[in-house]
Amino acid sequence: MQVKINNKNRSFNGTPFKRLIDVLREDFGLTGTKEGCSEGECGACTVLLDGKPVNSCLISICQVEGAAIETVESLGLPEKLHPLQESFLREGGAQCGICTPGMLMTAAAYLKAGGDPSPDAIREELAGNLCRCTGYQHIINSVAKALSENKK
Amino acid sequence: MRGDARSMKLLTARDEREALRLYKRYPEALPLAGGTDLMVGWNTGRLNGKTILDLSRLKDWARIRETPMGVWIGALATHTAIRVHPAVKSRFPLLAESSETIGGRQIQNQGTLGGNIANASPAGDTFPALAVYEAKIHTVSDAGRRVVPFSEIFAGVKQTTLQKGELIEGVELTTPSTEPCRQGFRKVGTRAAQAISKTVFAGLLWLNKDRTVDDIRLALGSVATSVRRLEHIETSLTGQKLDPKAITRALNLLSRDIHPIDDIRSTRDYRMLVSRNLITSFLNAR
Repeated sequence: MQVKINNKNRSFNGTPFKRLIDVLREDFGLTGTKEGCSEGECGACTVLLDGKPVNSCLISICQVEGAAIETVESLGLPEKLHPLQESFLREGGAQCGICTPGMLMTAAAYLKAGGDPSPDAIREELAGNLCRCTGYQHIINSVAKALSENKK
Repeated sequence: MRGDARSMKLLTARDEREALRLYKRYPEALPLAGGTDLMVGWNTGRLNGKTILDLSRLKDWARIRETPMGVWIGALATHTAIRVHPAVKSRFPLLAESSETIGGRQIQNQGTLGGNIANASPAGDTFPALAVYEAKIHTVSDAGRRVVPFSEIFAGVKQTTLQKGELIEGVELTTPSTEPCRQGFRKVGTRAAQAISKTVFAGLLWLNKDRTVDDIRLALGSVATSVRRLEHIETSLTGQKLDPKAITRALNLLSRDIHPIDDIRSTRDYRMLVSRNLITSFLNAR
């Protein structure tokens, strides 16, 4: 089967009911996506499916045939960071880092949609991403910063 | 135990006909819609050795469309598609609001209304809204189509009245002939998002010119084996003025309508009290 991952057409011929997160990590070496709770609560495994945030631990590869998947690896490069990566760095948006790829991907979809930079709206949008270090304030600040710079 | 994808048998349906044919042949198969609940079972190994019927290619079943009488929501429409749909928002606002309280964005983007119903959780967040709008569930099997009133779709905790080989095709919502003068939805859970509800409420109210109740529909979730319409309370209030006496009299009937239990999320007493308060605040709203 064919699936577009980070803008490249890839084919997958493995077990059809393998989870998307396992295909990304094991078959395509995209280990930026992390597994947290395995039940759709924590959002650590968030990737974009046709531009929308979804939990890659709750999707099997057979469900995304022909779709476009974006992972954290698609955001930026060390020499050219994505605006959200810049703002997470500057505002201290990452602590242990396990939730960070998921936070970035949910925020990236929100940024692309031209989301409202108010803290309440950001909290609502990121409600499906948990941070066990509880560094929420810095995460909200990071996203707000990227959103307001995007509006300028 | 972990999930083992190699032990699971996958049936891929390219269209409706193939889905029904496969489901007839493999009635033990578990239909896969969005998968946000089913895949939790994958992760704990509960799907090992099981047969899965993948419905994700049935694109027609994801449609939402306005009809002369109301709105048709295909079984595979996501909670996101429902909560942003203009006709759902304007004509069935309680369904749009309840769809917004399900999980977080990730779950809303993947989970489907048909999957939510087929899953038959006592805590389904959309169910009180579907109950007060008196939704009709359209089912289809190799043997033909059926229309099931929403009040008859659940048989108990995690059990539906769907027959062997039968799938939910969509949900029909009919706009009430007169617009309710009050509509209310409220979910009470541990936090605003992600939490499974302790109690979830929806209500519609029609008042006469003299402020007596012309019609009223109230429903609560997470307080019985499946969502409950509050029939005793509705009957008690119909024709009455919404004064404190009538409200107290009606609320005394609450234990006939709901049967909450103690469980990991809450207690019976708390659920009774919150249910009372939710109904009171709906009835007293301006």
